[in-house]
Amino acid sequence: MTEASPQARPQPRLRSPVSEGPGNGHRSYYGQPIIKEPTWEWEIPFYFFTGGLAGASAPLALLADLGANGRLARAARLTALAGATASPVLLVMDLGRPERFYNMLRVVKPTSPMSVGTWILSVFGSATGAAVATEVLGVFPRLGRAMRVLSALLGPALSTYTAVLITDTSVPVWHEARRELPLVFAASSAASAGAAAAMLTPTKDATPARRLAVGGALAELGGTVLMKRRLGSLLAEPYEEGEARRFDELSKACTSVGALSMAFAGRRSRAAAVAGGAMILAGAALERWSVFRAGFQSARDPKYTVVPQRERLRELNGPNGPGRG
Amino acid sequence: MSEATGEPNILPGSGTTDAYNIDGIDRPETRPLIPLGQKSYDGEAQPRMGFFTDTTVCIGCKACEVACKEWNDVPATLMGLTGNSYDNTEDLGADAWRHVTFIEQRKPVYVQQEAGLGTPSIEGEPDFRWLMSSDVCKHCTAAPCLDVCPTGALFRTEFGTVVVQEDICNGCGYCVPACPFGVLDQREGDGRVWKCTMCYDRQKDGLEPACAQACPTDSIQYGPLEELREKANGRLEMVVEAGATDARLYGADEEEYGMGAFFLLLDEPEVYGLPPDPEIVSRKFGSLWGSAAVAAGALAAGVVAAFVGGSR
Repeated sequence: MTEASPQARPQPRLRSPVSEGPGNGHRSYYGQPIIKEPTWEWEIPFYFFTGGLAGASAPLALLADLGANGRLARAARLTALAGATASPVLLVMDLGRPERFYNMLRVVKPTSPMSVGTWILSVFGSATGAAVATEVLGVFPRLGRAMRVLSALLGPALSTYTAVLITDTSVPVWHEARRELPLVFAASSAASAGAAAAMLTPTKDATPARRLAVGGALAELGGTVLMKRRLGSLLAEPYEEGEARRFDELSKACTSVGALSMAFAGRRSRAAAVAGGAMILAGAALERWSVFRAGFQSARDPKYTVVPQRERLRELNGPNGPGRG
Repeated sequence: MSEATGEPNILPGSGTTDAYNIDGIDRPETRPLIPLGQKSYDGEAQPRMGFFTDTTVCIGCKACEVACKEWNDVPATLMGLTGNSYDNTEDLGADAWRHVTFIEQRKPVYVQQEAGLGTPSIEGEPDFRWLMSSDVCKHCTAAPCLDVCPTGALFRTEFGTVVVQEDICNGCGYCVPACPFGVLDQREGDGRVWKCTMCYDRQKDGLEPACAQACPTDSIQYGPLEELREKANGRLEMVVEAGATDARLYGADEEEYGMGAFFLLLDEPEVYGLPPDPEIVSRKFGSLWGSAAVAAGALAAGVVAAFVGGSR
């Protein structure tokens, strides 16, 4: 080292494994992550969106049926079918070995949210497809009704299990949000189902869809705030930086503007409903992207893995306890 | 290391007869609903085998990494020089099933020398120490990778280890973020997930895994897990008595994850890139599914509420 006095023995430079970031003080192995980032790509957050949209559209369609609102029912059911068709395509595309997708169907495994979800999606997709087919072809009306009910019952599960899919991992911002994330996804799904139906239905038939869109949007905005607060200051950090933050801000803007447009102009103007609906849909997709990227960001920095675990150990053992490790 | 016995498959029994009931700890939640063929190993069950990696005698030769790659046909990884001491493997992954970590610290080493520990010192550098450790898959009792695998590609072997079946894995990638140790990863250009098998093929023939056989200092020890745990406790006592008060066992009991591969470390786990207290993420059914059930109910209620006051 050049600045050392001639008397001082030169110190070999050591790359300290101690992370010296602001307010950290945690130790790590050359700042390398402890857990692996997921290998999932763009298909997955879009699947969270399409699955959520389809799942919330199914009960919307059933209730519109019961209320003899045929137009709304048709719009919502077709949305459900579209979402249920796109979802498996996205999921298969994301596999490392797409040609082996059927291996998902060789087991039913309650410990694996992905296995549970595969079955929810398979049955939901089949039921929704059968409900639409019987309606279009005008055959087997009783079977058609049963399929509509089945689709509506499975829909909410489809919209929310995707949250469990990612909270059942070691990714800090996902796992620690396991109590709130399903609510965020449910709200976001409700908002998108309402928005899509309001876009596809004449304004006079779309009142329930607009209510669902606006209510869902508000719950989504509130839910994300709640989730971040519960994560605490450290684990909320990944949401405050990089792509997660950008997507979150964009999502909030789109959802708010869309909800305002839908709430105040959607009843009079179809154009406002379509514009507002598109904004709400974009907001819902962006929200999934924000959560998705925040997970990657929290996996990348060992701080989010080590510090909460150290805190837990401290609580377990007292300040001077031996620690488990 | 185990001596060749004429009947290598018959090892001292632990009474384990069920693949899902390891060391008497029943894990009904990991039992497949639809058993595919045989559900338990019955007479074929072996005592749970494991690795004890005693890092105090690791000399950082990386023979374990090389032997592993050779035996298991793991593709070469030439990542270039990292600048992180002698570690150019970086981390465990699809193409690195053993990973030797190198940690340089300013800390007096005389204690280690007195204890006969192989930590080298540099001439004229009395307060420099080098920690080395060969990391590997922990083959956990409560393995989240095994829990979340949607195809059953990951399974529990008759040796109590966790192995990916390469003919089943479809590369969904769920096990990758599930693992709290960052062991599993998808292999580029292959799409499937790969990890340490504890040399399942060698185990079946009563041989020790390639890494353990190649280790010149017995830093990697292989054997029935119960025996290794006992041995490790003895070794810990020895090095602590010799003055290495920082020494500690990592994962040497059935508590929490129940690691089938555990370590004797000379510093905190996170210094070696290990999580200090990993939570068992996949066993929290209440908070994982309970909140989803509440959310699904809320969603259904929200849709119903949208129709209050008319369906048009």
